[in-house]
Amino acid sequence: MIRQHSVRGAAAVVGVADAVSPDGVLQGSLRALEVQVIREALESAGLSLADVDGLATCTGGMMMPSVELAEYLGVSPVWTDSTQTGGSSFEIHVEHAAAAIASGACEVVVIVYAQTPKSTFKRGGARFLGGLPSGGADIDQVPRVEWEIPYGIQLPIGAYSLAASRHMAQYGTTSEQLAQIAVSTREWATLNPNASLRGPITIEDVLASPMTASPLHKLDCCLVTDGAGAIVMTSAERARDLRQRPAYVLGAGTAHSHSMISQMPDLTVTAGRESGAKAFAAARLGPGDVDVAQLYDSFTITVLLALEDLGFCGKGEGGSFVEDGRLGPGGSFPAQTSGGGLAYTHPGMFGMFLLVEAVRQLQGSCGPRQVPGAEVAVAHGCGGVLSATSTIILGTEATL
Amino acid sequence: MSEPTRFEPPISAVSEPYWEATRERRLVLQHCDSCERTVWYPRVLCPHCGGTDLTWSDACGHGAVYAVSVQYRPGHPALADRVPYAVALVDLDDGVRVMTSVVGCAAEDVHIGQRVRPTWEELSDGRNLLMHEPEA
Repeated sequence: MIRQHSVRGAAAVVGVADAVSPDGVLQGSLRALEVQVIREALESAGLSLADVDGLATCTGGMMMPSVELAEYLGVSPVWTDSTQTGGSSFEIHVEHAAAAIASGACEVVVIVYAQTPKSTFKRGGARFLGGLPSGGADIDQVPRVEWEIPYGIQLPIGAYSLAASRHMAQYGTTSEQLAQIAVSTREWATLNPNASLRGPITIEDVLASPMTASPLHKLDCCLVTDGAGAIVMTSAERARDLRQRPAYVLGAGTAHSHSMISQMPDLTVTAGRESGAKAFAAARLGPGDVDVAQLYDSFTITVLLALEDLGFCGKGEGGSFVEDGRLGPGGSFPAQTSGGGLAYTHPGMFGMFLLVEAVRQLQGSCGPRQVPGAEVAVAHGCGGVLSATSTIILGTEATL
Repeated sequence: MSEPTRFEPPISAVSEPYWEATRERRLVLQHCDSCERTVWYPRVLCPHCGGTDLTWSDACGHGAVYAVSVQYRPGHPALADRVPYAVALVDLDDGVRVMTSVVGCAAEDVHIGQRVRPTWEELSDGRNLLMHEPEA
């Protein structure tokens, strides 16, 4: 039994920024994009680089992302984090940063991410081929290459497709129900001028899109775009003197269950069951208290599993939960309000944008896609192939 | 040695006995002497109990399909002329779940719960890759 040392309300997100373009392509180098979103996020809070004493990032550089970025920025952090768990990395950074700020280890943390896979591909650069080792690792350390890649599974989609196949066989979940998640998410994207895909779609459109790995269709899959984002966190005390309405970290939880899909204990249950339970316990809240959800949507099945594992519906009930369109605008369970990885942007690790959107909803700055009266938001990252999850529950001053 | 017709698995230090047995189309798996469970994939310790005394022994390799996905695009360029093909997770009667490809029937006909038995595809260096086909 883990003893919870709650840091509820001790730290807050006080500034966010992202760089996303409707055509999915961003100009400028990765460092330029990182600098752009860091400056923007700090300025929105009324802070500057001189205030930063903690830094987290998990991409870029040779092998020490946060160390290499700190040098470039000219900052000397007393707290650093390069934790890499794929799409959930930034939720973990927030969890770690909140604990560090609560303990007094540091005071102002910047978390940043930039990747430009779409530009790289347009320039003729290599596309992610699904897990061949990049050198420096022993074969013993990358078992996927010995035991999965030879079978010709497309990664990551093939792994998520296996999970979808199992959920459908075990619980009767249908392709139409999964497609409804894409339809609802697209409805949000129509309200976001920076979204890559803004035209409304129907369930029939999803089912008619090409199938690359059954049972998932192209429109069950996230985008590949350029994108960058940054988050600034500080103590609750200091947050109250800054420019933005603080989004307090009420609870956080992390868990991972496997690395490669053939080692996932049960393909219908993710580590979200544990990370979510930890986060809700720390926040002293339950699933029914959430006003707006940002759930990682690498694929439609990723959302369905998160809905069940976080307790928004029962195990096996995700399909019937989503089919009335409640995830969309005006629905009873607004989720992925930016348009998600399915339609807004997806540079490879969407977890950053889940957090940015959750904070914006609590700041009340989402314009036409604002969820009225949003006081509690959840950002749930999922990295690898349903491998590593991290759940962050954020709340306004009223929730403290 | 012939020309490889798919991406062929490298051999990790601990898995040499596994690959040697495949030369005779035999499936061997590690068993933990401490907790008596079967271990997959090959390791230097048992992931169930942490024990380090692991013994190789023959396995039957039959099992039931746990999950399946038909690949309509090749996961590797060398497989371009084989699509569509079925990638599956199979729960072996030996007590472990492995990734495999189910052949010997139409890819779309492979289904969860289906009973399958081992079959082997020869690799360019004389090793064989474990695959599965319908039992009956």
